[in-house]
Amino acid sequence: MSETEPVIIVKDLVKKFGSFIANDHLSFEVYKGEIFGFLGANGAGKTTAIRILCGLSSPTSGEIMVAGYNAYNEADKIKKNIGYMSQKFSLYEDLTVTENIRLYGGIYGLSRKEIRSRTAELLEKLEIASVKDTLIRDLPLGWRQKLAFSVAIIHQPGIVFLDEPTGGVDPITRRQFWEMIYVTAHEGITVFVTTHYLDEAEYCDRVTIMTDGKIMALDTPLNLKKQFEVNTINEVFLKLARNT
Amino acid sequence: MRTILFLIQKEFLQIFRNKGMIPIIFAVPIVQLVIIVHAATFELKNVNLYVVDNDRTTTSRSIIHQFEGSHFFSLSGFSFNYSDGEESLRRNSSDAVLCIPRGFEKKLVEGQSTGFQMVVNAINGSAGGLINGYTVSMVNEFNRGLSSGRANFTLTKPKFIDLTYSFWYNPELNYTTFMVPGILVILVTVISLLLSGMNIVKEKEIGTIEQINVSPIRKYQFITGKLVPTLIIALFELSFGLVIGKIFFNIPLEGNLLLLFLSAFIYILVILGMGLMVSTFANTQQQAMFVSFFFMIVFLLMSGLFTSVENMPQWAQTLNQINPVAHFIRIIRMILLKGSGFQDIQNNLAYLLGLAFLSLSLAIRRYRKTV
Repeated sequence: MSETEPVIIVKDLVKKFGSFIANDHLSFEVYKGEIFGFLGANGAGKTTAIRILCGLSSPTSGEIMVAGYNAYNEADKIKKNIGYMSQKFSLYEDLTVTENIRLYGGIYGLSRKEIRSRTAELLEKLEIASVKDTLIRDLPLGWRQKLAFSVAIIHQPGIVFLDEPTGGVDPITRRQFWEMIYVTAHEGITVFVTTHYLDEAEYCDRVTIMTDGKIMALDTPLNLKKQFEVNTINEVFLKLARNT
Repeated sequence: MRTILFLIQKEFLQIFRNKGMIPIIFAVPIVQLVIIVHAATFELKNVNLYVVDNDRTTTSRSIIHQFEGSHFFSLSGFSFNYSDGEESLRRNSSDAVLCIPRGFEKKLVEGQSTGFQMVVNAINGSAGGLINGYTVSMVNEFNRGLSSGRANFTLTKPKFIDLTYSFWYNPELNYTTFMVPGILVILVTVISLLLSGMNIVKEKEIGTIEQINVSPIRKYQFITGKLVPTLIIALFELSFGLVIGKIFFNIPLEGNLLLLFLSAFIYILVILGMGLMVSTFANTQQQAMFVSFFFMIVFLLMSGLFTSVENMPQWAQTLNQINPVAHFIRIIRMILLKGSGFQDIQNNLAYLLGLAFLSLSLAIRRYRKTV
């Protein structure tokens, strides 16, 4: 992990919906290859921020650089270099596993040959070869989420954004999911993940805690716990939440 | 281009995997053509006629025979009392009452002018008008027989204006010939409007559109990927409908089919643009459905499909010049029934082309903003 090379630079990001301020002067940097956790209660502004970074929404003001490109006028270039997996389920339920992989491979400009080899790789890695011709809607949620994650990085992007990827998934699958995140980060893909499971924060290299659209804390889990003199991130979070 | 192919492949997979889709594609044209064309007819046969004969003479009987003999009328009752006829009209067992007054024959023989009464149930105005028309032609025929009959006595040559009709482009005044092309237009319109609009809104509802929007897909690629399959299906529907029309109704195919398909292609683009426009405003399939139906009903009823555009008030005719359905109905009828060529329809075609360009570019513009 080279902590010196920032792949996401955000300075004074503000997003307003009318008079409501969803993101209030956010500033942070994310380094290449790290797992960057974005924590906060529901409605804290996590999803708004992630949508802005992905180019799905435009900021009201602030400087944003993602993968070396400016979010205002180089959104197209950013989109080529990132993967995204949303809160909502994002694969086509009426297509099969292989059809989904082929579609997203095609969308990201992979050649037919590459698509074929990636598909085989994926099926093996996820151990889902037996259901490759099954419609997504017939798969259990955990399998779908793992597949959706794999599909989101099928084009080997520099950064992958995961918006509450483990929502509604059982503990075992969540663990497997985090193992996949580790492998991905190890391959050099930066992982930007939002969650409201505070235990997951312990797995991140650095975490940001947001409340009411503001960043309240940003450091490694260890430093945060030291700083607030507690034993878990959960307690850190509760301390911060009480102060607001 | 490659991206578009991947998207088109996906759309076709989804469309044909949808279990309701195949029956819709094949059953809808058959049902619409076979049932609606037969049922929604303006032709009037078997008018139930109640006869009240107060004259009871040879002449009155010969008039009644004439009505009976025509295939438009069938006798539903007979009486010497007018109030019986009225009662029958009230009970809906007759559509019209023919009432011949006392002294009818006597006046005719004396060379005086006379008449009889036809009371018509005109709740349905156009049916009432038709009964009136039939009666007038019947009376004219009777008059002619009368004058030539008298001519035998007076040995003078009767003079009257002889009117001959020649019905062009639909010589047998066949209603289905007029109706089938119109139904084909409905078919193509419904399929294009609903498939295109619903489809994009569905992705919004499920949330897959987010995944598409975050990818480097360009808007024109996404939209082309959505529109091409619908276009192909709509053109297929048109061909399928034409085949059914030919087999079941033997509709004439006078003009150039290539020209017809070119016009249909342009028309479908207009409708697809509108469907797309609706989908950019609507957030749920239900909303999209309501808005689409609103426009569709206005456009279809104004289009001259069921009622002749020429009979509409001036403001409606003026308004209709922006109605794409009216233009396409005119085009399809002219090509199929009259065998019109490019020159005859070029104005309609040019308008549709302009509208296609406008609606698609507006929809694409608006679509960008919603992302």
